[in-house]
Amino acid sequence: MDDNLHLDQHTSQKYNQELEDIRARVLEMGGLVEGQCRKALKALVKLDLDMAEEVASSDHKVNAMEVDINARCTDILALRQPAASDLRVVVAIIRMAADLERIGDEAEKIGRLVKTLADGRDRTTFRSETKHLGKSAIDILHGSLDAFARMDVAAAIETAAKDPDIDNEFEALTRLSITHMMEEPASVKSLLRVNWCARALERIGDHAVNICEEVVFLVKGSDVRHLSLKEIQERFL
Amino acid sequence: MTTADAKAYGAVPQEAVGLDVQDHVDVADYQTIGEPYVENAKMSARNVNVYYGEKQAIMDVSLDIGENEVLSMIGPSGCGKSTFLRSLNRMNDIIPICRVHGDIQLDGEDIYGSGQDTVLLRARVGMVFQKPNPFPKSIYENVAYGPRIHGLAHSKAEMDEIVETSLRRASLWEEVKDVLDQPGTGLSGGQQQRLCIARAIAVSPEVILMDEPCSALDPIATARIEELIDELKERFTIAIVTHSMQQAARVSQRTAYFHLGKLIEVGDTKQIFTMPRHELTENYITGRFG
Repeated sequence: MDDNLHLDQHTSQKYNQELEDIRARVLEMGGLVEGQCRKALKALVKLDLDMAEEVASSDHKVNAMEVDINARCTDILALRQPAASDLRVVVAIIRMAADLERIGDEAEKIGRLVKTLADGRDRTTFRSETKHLGKSAIDILHGSLDAFARMDVAAAIETAAKDPDIDNEFEALTRLSITHMMEEPASVKSLLRVNWCARALERIGDHAVNICEEVVFLVKGSDVRHLSLKEIQERFL
Repeated sequence: MTTADAKAYGAVPQEAVGLDVQDHVDVADYQTIGEPYVENAKMSARNVNVYYGEKQAIMDVSLDIGENEVLSMIGPSGCGKSTFLRSLNRMNDIIPICRVHGDIQLDGEDIYGSGQDTVLLRARVGMVFQKPNPFPKSIYENVAYGPRIHGLAHSKAEMDEIVETSLRRASLWEEVKDVLDQPGTGLSGGQQQRLCIARAIAVSPEVILMDEPCSALDPIATARIEELIDELKERFTIAIVTHSMQQAARVSQRTAYFHLGKLIEVGDTKQIFTMPRHELTENYITGRFG
């Protein structure tokens, strides 16, 4: 038995289109947000002020998409009264759009922090150490959107399972920063900023995990948001 | 965007996809998905088969209706839900070619047993129909008719009380108390349907069967009947056949889905409408052609 949604099989063709439309739009939003994250990471690692500026100033596009997707979902709820899998599609997409918007905010935050870093005189910080952390977070984001596009529960769970590594990496980076702060108090300010960037990347991973959980909800009908990874794996793999 | 972006994330064509639900079972030895039996059954049907001549309309349906619960029965036209409902108070007896096999019990007593008086049975298991059908008599007489033939009132005062109580329970009293001698057919559609409900409850039934009671009513009258169903379930056991899935979702605690004479799935109403387990149920409630 396959685990996908027959979104195109309603008696009403227009309803098919409306559901396909919100699904396509949330994926488009995901693509935009993923691009923002990649730019933010590049700006951080290369201390690229122009790119930082671009990321910091283009979050409004993501916000507008969230509002648009929510309005379309509200219309479907009001006009179609979706049930069962259709209802789960709409509810999951509303929640996903909120997570994607928050990811956009985190990318914007990194952009703003990089601008202040580039302004400062001290550049000997752990920017490059955040590179691996950022890549892992973006990988999870990409994996979560991929699992959503394919309605693939196994892929969603596999992707979410990578998040603890990011958390560990963030903890390690924080410890390293603290050591350096103690050795070199003058670097505290910039080290703090880099740590905030790392924190933003770690949060991006968390939001992507939420998207993975929405995929499980969509296909299996179970709300797994507050279950441990182990419980989710035992139940659905 | 659209398909291109979806493809970037590895989207597969929609026709390749399906839900995590039971595959279609298409033979006589099907099994109902879910739990058709309850502990406090008021009525219980076991292995019920109904035939119209050669044609089999209901296939081996077993289902309980719990005391003081509202059970809704949904399904496409011709799926047998109304036939099943009508077999619960032997309304099918009046159709000569109709045969009912199997066991249907009310409080553990076989309603198709040889000593069963159908008039008494229908007083215990009342019915409200799709189209409001008041008698061509006054509002008062419409309600008083049942209690009178069953000898439930011994004086005019007693009858007045039954009429008032029934009309109050049907939320119609305030609107008609000053015009009780007017013909029932002069009321609006929604009022007529509430009059029919008052008429059904006047004989103190234990079970009320409703066959699409709101399909001829406007949304406001529908909302009033739904509100009424919610109040009536405190006293009565209710089985309702409806084409409005939102109505089934709103008024019932359990929902049964029928398809081509088979009881495909039954369960808690919330579960049926959020996570049905059978593909046919899923297709029906989401409006897919399946």
